[in-house]
Amino acid sequence: MKPAAFDYLRAGDAAEALEALHQEGGDARILAGGQSLFPMLNMRLARPKLLVDVMHVAEFGRIDDDGRTIRIGAGVRQAVLERHVDLKARQPMLAAALAWVGHAQTRARGTVCGSIAHADPSGELPLALLTLGGSVHLRNRKKRRVLAANAFTTGMMATQKGDDELIEAVSFPVAVPGTGYAFREIGRRHGDFAIVACAAVVDAAKTVLGIGGVADMPVRRELPLPADPAFADALNQFAWDLDARDDLHATGRYRRDLVRQLGRQTIEEAASCRA
Amino acid sequence: MNVIDRPKTDNWVGKSLPRVEDAALLTGRGRYIDDLGVKPGTAHAAILRSPHGHANILGIDAARARALPGVFAVITAEEVQRYGSSLVVGLKIPVECWPLAIDKVRYYGEPVAVVVALDRYVAEDALDLIAVRYETLAAVIDPEEALADDAPVLHEGLKGNLANERRFTYGDPDAAFAAAPHRIGIDVKFPRSACTPIETYGIVAEYDPGADAYDVLANFQGPFSIHAVMARALNVPGNRLRLRTPGDSGGSFGIKQAIFPYVVLIGIAARVAGRPVKWVEDRLEHLMASTVATNRVTTLAAAVETDGRITALSWDQIEDTGAHLRAPEPATLYRMHGNMTGAYAIRNVAIRNRVVLTNKMPTGLNRGFGGPQVYYALERLMQRIAVELDIDPVDVIRRNFIPAGEFPYRTASGALYDSGDYQAALATAIAQGGLEELKARRDAARAEGRLYGIGYAAVVEPSVSNMGYITAVLTPDQRAKAGAKNGAQATATISLDAVGSVTIHVASVPQGQGHRTVLSQVVADAFGLKPSDIAVATELDTAKDAWSIASGNYSSRFAAAVAGAAQIAAMRLRAKLAAIAAKQLNAELEDIVFAGGRVHAGDPATSLAFGRVASASHWAPADLPQGVDHAIRETAFWTPPELTAPTGDDLINSSLCHGFIFDICAVEIDRVTCEVKIDRYVTMHDCGKILHPGMVEGQVTGGFAHALGAALYEESSYAPDGGLLSGTLADYLIPTIMETPALRILHHESPSPFTPLGAKGVGEGNCMSTPVCIANAVADALGIADITLPILPAKLAEHVHGIEPEPRNPPAPKAKSTMGKPGERMLTGQGKAVVEAPRQKIWDMLLDPQALMSIIPGAHGVEKVSDTEFRADVTLGIGPVKGRYSAAISLTDLNEPESVTLSGGTEGALGSGHGSGRVTLTEEAGKTTITYTYEAAVGGKVASIGGRLLDGAARVVIGQFFDALARKAGGKTGGRIRLPAAFKRLFAMLGVGA
Repeated sequence: MKPAAFDYLRAGDAAEALEALHQEGGDARILAGGQSLFPMLNMRLARPKLLVDVMHVAEFGRIDDDGRTIRIGAGVRQAVLERHVDLKARQPMLAAALAWVGHAQTRARGTVCGSIAHADPSGELPLALLTLGGSVHLRNRKKRRVLAANAFTTGMMATQKGDDELIEAVSFPVAVPGTGYAFREIGRRHGDFAIVACAAVVDAAKTVLGIGGVADMPVRRELPLPADPAFADALNQFAWDLDARDDLHATGRYRRDLVRQLGRQTIEEAASCRA
Repeated sequence: MNVIDRPKTDNWVGKSLPRVEDAALLTGRGRYIDDLGVKPGTAHAAILRSPHGHANILGIDAARARALPGVFAVITAEEVQRYGSSLVVGLKIPVECWPLAIDKVRYYGEPVAVVVALDRYVAEDALDLIAVRYETLAAVIDPEEALADDAPVLHEGLKGNLANERRFTYGDPDAAFAAAPHRIGIDVKFPRSACTPIETYGIVAEYDPGADAYDVLANFQGPFSIHAVMARALNVPGNRLRLRTPGDSGGSFGIKQAIFPYVVLIGIAARVAGRPVKWVEDRLEHLMASTVATNRVTTLAAAVETDGRITALSWDQIEDTGAHLRAPEPATLYRMHGNMTGAYAIRNVAIRNRVVLTNKMPTGLNRGFGGPQVYYALERLMQRIAVELDIDPVDVIRRNFIPAGEFPYRTASGALYDSGDYQAALATAIAQGGLEELKARRDAARAEGRLYGIGYAAVVEPSVSNMGYITAVLTPDQRAKAGAKNGAQATATISLDAVGSVTIHVASVPQGQGHRTVLSQVVADAFGLKPSDIAVATELDTAKDAWSIASGNYSSRFAAAVAGAAQIAAMRLRAKLAAIAAKQLNAELEDIVFAGGRVHAGDPATSLAFGRVASASHWAPADLPQGVDHAIRETAFWTPPELTAPTGDDLINSSLCHGFIFDICAVEIDRVTCEVKIDRYVTMHDCGKILHPGMVEGQVTGGFAHALGAALYEESSYAPDGGLLSGTLADYLIPTIMETPALRILHHESPSPFTPLGAKGVGEGNCMSTPVCIANAVADALGIADITLPILPAKLAEHVHGIEPEPRNPPAPKAKSTMGKPGERMLTGQGKAVVEAPRQKIWDMLLDPQALMSIIPGAHGVEKVSDTEFRADVTLGIGPVKGRYSAAISLTDLNEPESVTLSGGTEGALGSGHGSGRVTLTEEAGKTTITYTYEAAVGGKVASIGGRLLDGAARVVIGQFFDALARKAGGKTGGRIRLPAAFKRLFAMLGVGA
C-alpha cells in the first residue's frame, strides 16, 4: 500500500493550479482533502503523474453568503463549513448532511468541493447539492462555467468536469422561509457509506425527495404532498425506479424498503420543520 | 461496571492495580516491531499475490522487475523450493503447503513472488513489472459443494477435497434417539470472520551463511510448537532458527500464529538477497492472506424427553479450512472435542467430523478457536427445543446442566471439567441481570407492536489447551504409531541480581493483555515486595530463553498456566532465600516471613532488607547454608498431569480448565431500519480465581466486541470464482465503540483445583457465547428459526416489513444470465443510443476492428487475430481509478445487420474481467437505435476493494463505449458529448477521424 511515484505541486494561486491542469490534462489530479484520493493512491488504483494541491490558494478558502446562496470555495474543509456561523439556520439540510459525512477525523481534512468532484454515489454532499438545486462552479485556464448540480454528475464517480477544469466553488441555496428541510441516512455503522440516504425539501406546494446510495448517483424526484392519497404510490414507484441492487451490505429489496420508510420519515420531518 | 468486590487481603493478586504497560502504550512509547530500528543495509520486501481464487501458473517473467534499479532480488517458487521445504501438514495426506504458490494458486492473495528492494515503494513498483501467466480454473468456495464428485480439486494428490473424516461414538446415541419422544435438530452455516488486530504481521529476517542459520524477529504469538515447523521448512535444525519477539505486539487474538509461513518466506528472501529483509504486512494483505476462523456447516440433532432433557446429541460437522491445511489445523475442529456437550450432562454422543479444502484463505487461530462454531449450533438448538416443546428456554438449559456436586466431571467425550456451579451462576445472572424486568419490557414492547426478544446462552469456556488434542484427528492406531502427545509446558524464570532486585521472564509473548502487571503482582506476593519492585521481561528469544512447544499466548493460558508457573518459580526461590535468611538471622526456617520489602523471623524489629538476602548468592556464596546451591536464577516448568493423551477409545481431555458463562441478551429490532439494537447484555462468568478484576473486565468486554462483530457486522466474503469481496475495512466492517453497548458483567468464582493460582482462562468466552445469544434474542423477537450470521438488517427485511408492495409501473424485466455459474454475481445492464446514421454503417463499424477499437474507451493498440477476433491494450477508468489492461474481444452470433454479440476478457494489474453484450440495431427514418444488454464478471483487486462501486463503474465504461459508437457513427451531428483531447489524439494516431 505505497503509491506509485508522482509529482506534487503546491499551487500558490488559482492560475498556477489551472496552468498545471492545462499542461497535464488527465494525468493530473487535484489534491484537496485527500480523503478519497489518498487511499486510491496507496492502493495504486489511481496513478496520476501530478498532484496539484489547492489547499494553499487563498481565494479557495472562502465561504460567501450573499443572501441567496452559500458559496463554498475549493479549499473549504467539511469541518470548517460544519462550524460556519449559523449554518443550521442558513441551510439546515446542509448542516444535517455534514454530520453524516465520514467521521469527525475525516471531516477535519476532507473538503466540500472534493466530495462533489469525487461523485461517490453514496456521498451526502452531492445528494444535498442535488436535492437543494445547487450549482457547481467550474473553471479552466481560460474560462468559467456554472452547471446545475443535476447536470454535473453523469454517473458513478463520473462528472462533466473536464480534465483541465477544477471546481472552484459550489453553491447551496439558502433556506427559504416556509420550506422545511431534512436529511436522514442509514449505514451499517456510523460513518459508513450510506446504504440509503434521504434528503427532503417540503414547501406548501411540493415535496422533493433526493435519494443517495442506491442508484449510480443521487436521484431527485418531486412527489405529491404527504397528505395526498397518491403519495405512497409515487414513493413506491420512486423506490423501484432506482434499480436498487444487492451487495455485501444490503439487498435491493432492503434499499427499496428504506426508500419507502425512511423516505417517508424524512419528508415528514421536513414538513414538520416548515417555519 | 460490575467488577465484583474483592475481599481485603494483603495480597497484590486479586487487586485491580493500574497496568504497568499502559503509560507506555498510551503515550506512543510501545516497542512494536515496526518501531524498532533495523541494521544498516536492511532491505524491504513486497509480495506479489494471486488475483485469482484458483489457477495454474503457466509462467512468471520477473526480468523487468529484477532490472529495476533498487531491486535486490525477486524470489519465486524456484528459490523457495531450492532453500526450503513444504510446511509440515498435521495429517498424513498427500498435500504440500508451501509459503508461496508452487505451480498453482489456490486462494485469492496467495503469495506468488517476493521482491526485495531498497524500500517498500521500489519493491511495490517492481511488483507491477512481474508478468505472471495464469490459466484460471473453476473455484469452489462452499464446503458442501467442495465435497461433490464433480467439484474442482485443489490438491491433485488428494483426489477430492476431503482431507479427513472421523466418526466418534460415546455411549449409545442410537438407542437414545430410538427411545426419545422427540428428535429436534438444527442446520447451521457458520460464516468466516477474524479478530483483525490493529498491528499487522511484521518480520525482520537475516541469514548467516557462515553458520547456515536464520535470525528472525517477528511478532509471532506462538504456540512455539510451530517453531519446529518453521525450522524444518527452512531446512535447518531448531538451533539454527533463532526466533525473537518484540516487547510489544499490537493485538493478535490468535491471528499472529499464522505469520509462520511468512517467517519462512522472508527468511528465504533474506538468504537469496544476501541481506536482512524487513516486511510489514499491510491491511489489504491482512484481509486477504493472514488468517481467519473456519466456516463450518453443522447438522446437529438432539434426542429430547418431553420435559426438555436431552439424552443424546448427534453432530455432523463439515469444517472448511480454506486452501491449505496449515498447522495447527484442523485444530479448530478438535479444540472443543472434549466439551461437545457444553454445560450439559449428556452421555450419548455421536460425532462425524469432516475437514474440507476450498479456494479461500487458509484458517488458523482466532479468539474463541472452535467455540463460536460449536456453541452457535448447540445453543441455537437449545432455543429450538424450548420453542418446539413450548418450555421456557431457561428451564431447558437448567434441566440439562451438569449437577453442581459432580465436579470434577468427566464428559462423554473425555474432558475433565475442573470446577463449577452452573445452577448457582445462572440464578445469580437471572437475579442480578434483571431478567424479570427484561421480560416485563418485552411484554410492554410487544403490546405496542414493537419487536423485542430475549436470548440466552450457556457456554463452557475451555482454556489451557492439551498439546495432544489435535491428535484426536488421527485414529487410535495412527496415534500409537506417531507417539503420544500431551501436556502443555508453561515456563517462567526469575532472576535476582547483585543488589537483589527481581526480574521475571516468561515465554508468553503478550499482545497488550497486561501480563507484566499480573506477573509483578504474583511475584511481589511471593517475596513481600511491591509490584513496582519487579521487572518483567516478556520478549522471547529462542536462543537464550527457556521455552517449550506450549509457549506463547493462546488458548487463554496466561492466568491459568503462565502466571502459575511464575508463582512456582517464585516459591522455589523464596524457599532458598528463606534458608539464607534463617542462617543470617539465626532463626528457624519456618518462622521466616517476607513482608514490606524485608525478611524477618517473626519480629519485624530484627529484620533484613530483602535485597541483602536476595543478593547473598552473588557476594558471599561461601556462606550459603547447606543445601542451597544458589538463589540467583530459578526456572520453573509446569505442565498439568490432567492433560493426558487421547485414549484408545478416543476420550480426550482437550483443555485443562473449563470456565462457565451464562449470557442474557435483550434486543429490539427497529421496525423501519431492521437494525438489531441491544437493550441489555448480561454476561455471567466463572473463570475461577480472578487475579486482576479490571483486566478480567477488559477481557470480557474485548471478547464481547469481537463477538458483536461476528454476530452483526463481519464476514470474510468470497465470490463464486474465489475472488475476495471483503478486501478493505469499508467492506469488512468491525464494530467501533459507537456500535458496542456497555455490558452488565457478573462473576461467580469456582477456583480451579488444577491450576497453581486457581485461575482459568476468560478472554475467549464471549466469542463463543455472544453470537448465539444475540441470534437467540433475534429469533425470539421475530419468531423465526433460521438465523444466519452476520445478522445484517437486510436479511431481516422480509420478516420485519412483510410482503413488498409492487410498483405501479414494473421495471423492465432483467435479461436472464447466460454466462457465469449459477449464483455468480454478474454485473448486468442495458442501454440505448440513437444515431443519425443508417444501421448498415454502424454494422460495418462493429465488424471493422480498426473502427471498433477507436470506439473502445482508452484503446492503445490493435492486434487483429482474425476477422472477428482481436487483441488490444486499453486504459479503463472511473474517476481517478485507472488501470491498463490487455483485452481480447470477439464477435459472435452475427445476424447482419441487426444484431451481434461482443464478448471479451481483460487482464491487468487492477484485476480481470470477462463479459459479453448483445447489440441490436433498429433503423427508422434514417436514424438507428442501438440497444444493448451486457453482463460482466469482474475479479481481482478492483473487485476485492471496490465491490460497492463495480455495478456503476461497469455502466459508466460500457456507456462510454456506446456513446463513442454513436458519436463516431453519427459524425459530429451527434455532438452531445465533447470528445476529450486525448481521444482526438488517439484517433489521429489510429488513423481514424473523429
